[in-house]
Amino acid sequence: MGAITPPSGWFLENAWLIALIPAIGFALIIGFGKRMPMKGSEIGIASIAASLVISVGAAVQWMQRTNFVDNAGEGYVDPVIKTWTWWQSGGVEFGLGQHIDGLAVLLLLLVAFISLLVQIFSLEYLRGDRRYTHFFAALTLFSSGMLVMVLAENMVQIILGWELMGLCSFLLIGHWWEDGANSRAALKAFFTVRVGDVGLLVGTAIVFFGAHQWAVDNMGSHGFSVQAISAWALSGEASSTVLFWGSIALFIAAIGKSGQFPLHTWLPDAMAGPTPVSSLLHSSTMVVAGVFLVARLYPLFWEGLSIGPGALNLIAIIGVITLIVAALLAFVQNDIKKVLAYSTVSQLGYMMLGLGTGAWLPAVFHIFTHAFFKCALFLCAGSVSHSGSHHSFDMKKDMGGLARKMPITAGAWIVSTLALAGIFPLSGFFSKDEIIANVGYNGYDLFMWIAFLGAFMTAAYMARATYLTFFGTARGAAAGEHHGDEHGSHDAHASHDSHASPDAHDDEHHGAHGPHESGPLILVPIVVLTFLASIAGFTNAVPFGESFEILKKYVEPRAEVVELSAARITIAGGPGQSIAALAPQAKSDTACGYAAPPEGLACLFPAVSHAPFKWSKGFLALGIVGAGLVSSWLFSVALYSRRDRRLVGLTERFAPARWGYQFLWNKYYLDHLYEKVIVRAVAYPIAAGAYWFNQKVLDRIVDTAGTSTRQAGEFVYRNIDQTLVDGAVNASGFVASEAGHALQPVQSGKVNQYGALLFGAAAVAAIVLVIINV
Amino acid sequence: MEIMTNDNWLLTVGTFLPLVGVLVMLFIPKVEEQLLKTVAVITAGATLAVGILTLFRFDYGQAEKLQFFVDATWIEVIRSNYTIGLDGISLPLYFLSMVVTFLVIIYTWDNMPDAGNPKSFLILMLVLQVGMAGTFVAQDLILFFVFFEVVLLPMYFMIGVWGGEQRQYASLKFFLYTMFGSAFMLVAFLALFFQTGAESFSFMHLISAGGLISNDVQVWIFAGMFLGFAVKVPMFPFHTWLPDAHTQAPTQGSVILAAILLKLGTYGFVRIAIPMLPQGAKAWAPVIAILAVIGIIYGALGCLAQTDMKRLIAFSSVAHMGFVMLGISTLTTLGINAALFGMVAHGLITGMLFFVAGSVKHRYHTLEINRLSGMLKQMPRMGWILGFAAMASLGLPGLAGFWGEFPAILAAYSPGFGLNVTLFRTLMVIAAVGTVLAAGYLLWLYQRTAFGEPSAEFSGHAPHAVGAGVNDEHHADIHDVTPLEWVAWTPFLVAIVVFGVYPQLMFGIMDPAVSELVARLGESLNP
Repeated sequence: MGAITPPSGWFLENAWLIALIPAIGFALIIGFGKRMPMKGSEIGIASIAASLVISVGAAVQWMQRTNFVDNAGEGYVDPVIKTWTWWQSGGVEFGLGQHIDGLAVLLLLLVAFISLLVQIFSLEYLRGDRRYTHFFAALTLFSSGMLVMVLAENMVQIILGWELMGLCSFLLIGHWWEDGANSRAALKAFFTVRVGDVGLLVGTAIVFFGAHQWAVDNMGSHGFSVQAISAWALSGEASSTVLFWGSIALFIAAIGKSGQFPLHTWLPDAMAGPTPVSSLLHSSTMVVAGVFLVARLYPLFWEGLSIGPGALNLIAIIGVITLIVAALLAFVQNDIKKVLAYSTVSQLGYMMLGLGTGAWLPAVFHIFTHAFFKCALFLCAGSVSHSGSHHSFDMKKDMGGLARKMPITAGAWIVSTLALAGIFPLSGFFSKDEIIANVGYNGYDLFMWIAFLGAFMTAAYMARATYLTFFGTARGAAAGEHHGDEHGSHDAHASHDSHASPDAHDDEHHGAHGPHESGPLILVPIVVLTFLASIAGFTNAVPFGESFEILKKYVEPRAEVVELSAARITIAGGPGQSIAALAPQAKSDTACGYAAPPEGLACLFPAVSHAPFKWSKGFLALGIVGAGLVSSWLFSVALYSRRDRRLVGLTERFAPARWGYQFLWNKYYLDHLYEKVIVRAVAYPIAAGAYWFNQKVLDRIVDTAGTSTRQAGEFVYRNIDQTLVDGAVNASGFVASEAGHALQPVQSGKVNQYGALLFGAAAVAAIVLVIINV
Repeated sequence: MEIMTNDNWLLTVGTFLPLVGVLVMLFIPKVEEQLLKTVAVITAGATLAVGILTLFRFDYGQAEKLQFFVDATWIEVIRSNYTIGLDGISLPLYFLSMVVTFLVIIYTWDNMPDAGNPKSFLILMLVLQVGMAGTFVAQDLILFFVFFEVVLLPMYFMIGVWGGEQRQYASLKFFLYTMFGSAFMLVAFLALFFQTGAESFSFMHLISAGGLISNDVQVWIFAGMFLGFAVKVPMFPFHTWLPDAHTQAPTQGSVILAAILLKLGTYGFVRIAIPMLPQGAKAWAPVIAILAVIGIIYGALGCLAQTDMKRLIAFSSVAHMGFVMLGISTLTTLGINAALFGMVAHGLITGMLFFVAGSVKHRYHTLEINRLSGMLKQMPRMGWILGFAAMASLGLPGLAGFWGEFPAILAAYSPGFGLNVTLFRTLMVIAAVGTVLAAGYLLWLYQRTAFGEPSAEFSGHAPHAVGAGVNDEHHADIHDVTPLEWVAWTPFLVAIVVFGVYPQLMFGIMDPAVSELVARLGESLNP
């Protein structure tokens, strides 16, 4: 069977437009947004909608392509790769392009869809904001950054998208920068992620130089290309040291971006941004970027960290630590958005755990389902603060009993919460359960049990948050009372209130009102997302057999051995050249990722295993989740409503509880370590020390050199020029007349004259040397 | 090195045209300020026009060749010729100097430093332009040295007369320190001349003959040049003149200093020291790399310690030039390309930052970071420009700064000619950490000055406390970017974006010339 040409199609060929359109949209909003009737928001929404349309088209065509390949009996589905030389330097080509495969298509669809809903939500939520246009501009660029990265054909493009998101997160988190807390949070987010970025730069360099020669020789490609890196990593010819350090460095980048322990501390602070930002940032963009990086370059991590042989590796360890550490923190938060923030961190830990233990597909599946329910939860929190709690996010102070006032929001929240917790048949059940099952199946038993524990905790902290927000007695703003200062200064509760800046829209809405349900622009995105959060699990519902494993069929790259072709085939059209360097081939039975492919053939993805579904484990998981929900609910009722005397104040009375609570309340003191110790040390004593060294040592040397030269000049003038040379001239007469006494002063021990002799001798010697040399 | 003698009048005219304006201005009385400014703008504009013509006449397909080449007898007795030419390495810098001078003179129209006397100020600036352009076209060591030194004097006076409070100290320090380096450099030039048979000072001759000098001698001669150029760059630990000079210089001086003058040093390395002394370069490369990376970290720490915005920007130059020198020290095409790109990018970005600093000083009469706040609220456009320049400076991809930084880091992973790989990889990681610190000091600066509410002192309703009265009069000055500032700044902003989005524009010009340079290095180092 020869190589077949699978069908492509306009949408697949032009998928790069998906990232480009919002980027142009951004430029248009900046340029003309303020003059538009809807202040630029229509441009943002239109551009994202266009991206969504193309994404849908690309997804459909990708499925057709896969079906065609399957019908033809081939295994490997060629990604649609295009590249356009951006610039070159010293023989190194830096390109821009697209690498469209199942993973890219899934994420493109997800990002465009969630971005669109978030922008629609923002229309109402941000109405009247003083920087409305800027907000939409940054939001659009933010989506564009993520799309650039998802499309990326090469590492440089990944860096580009990655950093664009960093910039936009800075702008959006600091959107209300009048308040110092917000601008500090923005700085912290950018800076923490930037710490991880060192790994991205270094890792890119390591991988580039590791893969480059191989890629040139075997594929006519280069060391930035994602495809070339994948093939190189699995070729068996790559140095294991290079693979190891490359994957460690790149994983450090993922730690920073995806809020993994110990660089997760920026995520909760990032809640200072407007709620739509939090929801976008936490569902499908930014924090997912790190997970995506690992998923995208999976062969590199697979080989570099020996995931295949089931080694204990950094990704799995960090993942499992993160999932527990963050879940614990979610229990002590009073801010509803912070509960969700830590929940995100914890779920990202699940994804990393999955990737670190060879469960690639479940991790990607979890990205997909998590995006829906987490985005819905954030938007619900936004809806609550917008219409129910007078812009407060404090569950203990300003919420409670809102279920009756905001039934739709409450219903959506509860469904999404159950999806997150993993209740059958909602989406979280399938994705989380698959991660846990595969972790165990691949031999990481301890991690599997920790992941079960994490599931218990997820259910428990979400039950607590649900109770505090929607049930029990109404408190504070939810009860209709205002803090008395609300029309004056909002700064009083600035730390909990993302609307801390006195925007016009505060007063518009709050003439006479209590908690009420939000308007349709807010509710529609929530309901849509909740619906999807309920059903998304069926896209890869392993319990129901292969016909439900849609993602497995279309998203997971096939671990087939393919033929390497050194020649680049250039296809006209598009932004540059298309590459079809690989022709499908299925004649080798090499297990990719476990053995090196034969000469001239390549693997592009490791043969990951898939755990068969066992109802026993499914029920175990459901039981654990149910126990978490029920116990936490009962506890919450006892503590918050019945004010059970055994529980109230326990953290003050009982020392271990107090210590534990303090430890969690202070976020393991990591923030103290970073801000009060490391950053403070660098920014103050170390910087001051360096500056002291600069001024008092280096500069002093320069000044001293200057001053002493001047003094030497004066000395020479006074003692040599005036005394000695002049003296010599004066003395010459004396010498001539009384030659007999001439040598007397020389022997007399007069320092000046010895000095003069020395000086004269040195001068003569110097002249002699110069003459001889030349 | 091949030559092309097409349009050989272009460079001479482009270099010396400002002197015509100077001549005219000498005959205009001091009080005719408008006329003087007009003449200066026209002169700089005409020079720039010649520069643009040069861009059009340049054959980009043969960027590795010296074009517009002239070789005329000059000082026969010491075998020095008037040899000039332009290739892909010098073209961007040559053109940049013309653009920057033109824009700075436009900026001067409304922003004359307090000491007044535009006549002398503008004349000095035009003379400065002659020196800068000349340095980039010179293809003869003595000619190069003359231009290199011509630059000193106008800058000395600009700082010493129109500078801040400690201008005399700063200007003297600038002058003497650079002279100190130049002395060693001149000795090295002469030694190179004699060692190659005292035949010619022409670059082409020295490049082909220099490699034949014995290894030890090359190392010593390189040391001399190193001192001269390293002071100019400036590299740690020879940088201490820079913060003082930058801080005290008038805005115009700071911009030119950052945009062009610092590049004379790095250009010297690329154009003279490395190709003429390949063995010396190889021996010195690790030292340069280590000092460069110390500079990156040390400069960033210095920035964090600053309380004055302008001084902070000045220190950031030490860090940025560290990346440039790291790129050069790898002795690879990738690294040197990155360095050349970094030079232009740093010129644009730091130049822009100094412009903003100057305008902030003009409005607030202070650059104390602690006293500035909420700039975005009082002057939204100025605040955005500052944020934009800060983002460019910290190396955001898509803006020019990144393409100087990232490829330099990349190149350090795999240095050329058997340089110690372990050392360079260690340095690479440290340099990458430097990018974090860059984000730290720039965003911290931005957060403190642009975000937040304007401080009471400048917001117009300050409490009439003791000491506040003086500043109260000034809040009326606080206005957003003026049209004239837009004219002077827009080209900078556009260039930062254009080179960031399409770096090939510059790499395409530099790459052939640098490739040839490195290939020649290879011939001498791996015979």
